[in-house]
Amino acid sequence: MEDISLHVLDIIQNSISAGASCVDIAIKEIPADHSLYVMISDNGTGMDSSEAERSLDPFYTTRTTRRVGLGLPLFKAQAEASGGSLEIDTEKGRGTTVMARFDTRSIDCLPLGRMEDTMATLILCHPDIEFRYTHSYYDKCFEFSTQDIKGKLGDLLISDLSVIGWIRKYISENIEKLYGGVASEVDSGT
Amino acid sequence: MKSIQELEQIKQRTLQEVNLRKDRKGTRVVVGMATCGIAAGARPVLLAFVEEVQKRNLQDITVTQTGCVGVCRLEPIVEVYKPGEEKVTYVKLTPEKAKRIVAEHIVNGQVVTEYTIGAAEK
Ligand SMILES: Nc1ncnc2c1ncn2[C@@H]1O[C@H](COP(=O)(O)OP(=O)(O)OP(=O)(O)O)[C@@H](O)[C@H]1O
Ligand SMILES: [Mg+2]
Repeated sequence: MEDISLHVLDIIQNSISAGASCVDIAIKEIPADHSLYVMISDNGTGMDSSEAERSLDPFYTTRTTRRVGLGLPLFKAQAEASGGSLEIDTEKGRGTTVMARFDTRSIDCLPLGRMEDTMATLILCHPDIEFRYTHSYYDKCFEFSTQDIKGKLGDLLISDLSVIGWIRKYISENIEKLYGGVASEVDSGT
Repeated sequence: MKSIQELEQIKQRTLQEVNLRKDRKGTRVVVGMATCGIAAGARPVLLAFVEEVQKRNLQDITVTQTGCVGVCRLEPIVEVYKPGEEKVTYVKLTPEKAKRIVAEHIVNGQVVTEYTIGAAEK
């Protein structure tokens, strides 16, 4: 995968397969600490402790079309390649949280990529799932929730392409706004 | 800058169109979105279909995803279902190929044979 936003899209495919009706995505960037955190939380079926342990093994999968499951092991390998880490917190019947930390100093650290494209894709294909997106950069924060948007749409579907186009631009512009104003030189001493 | 007010305008405008297109059977474009598909470029392909359908203001077209189609080396894979016609499976797509499929197959009814799974397997 070329960037973190593609991994996020992939990791959320697991949440969808697990029957989640709500998925929370949080990106937290603290460049001065060389940290980028990604948190994906769902209310799907969850895993028991042995399933959770095995989920990080590429030779474990509950899928039927292929004998290996690559999503989680790949994401973990990328986080670790940068000097970061990945953890899973899950409970059968409650849901799953995947947390990853990337060390942005490493040349092996993946770029974040287009989160607006990941969100637009997810919302278009899964209009019945509630997605919440929180992106913080130092103490600035942007929050987006499909529930809020649906409340404003009335009879119009959130998956209508005109709405999807708006969401994509809205998220992209608000992420840009997070980066504006805070001097990016903060990270340049490293 | 995109604002919530603009969303209100989109709502008014689109709801009128939606009423007109109700009950009509549409074309479905289904993109494979498992790990292998995403790694091979399924997201830009899906968004290229979305952009092209919107740009041409085509009605009755649904763009959506499925899990693994099972042939990783041929990803990104897209299935096109037109009402009353057989499913067409396209493989190894790119955003450019997606745009051509919208123009030739979805709009003009001509399957882009060279991108189909049949052509790739030969
Ligand atoms: N959010 C989740 N909720 C419940 N089970 C999960 C979740 N994430 C992963 N799992 C379990 O862990 C397994 C491994 O996940 P992983 O993403 O690595 O592979 P996969 O989804 O099976 O296949 P691939 O990602 O390669 O398409 C899954 O098959 C599933 O059983
Ligand atoms: Mg997976």
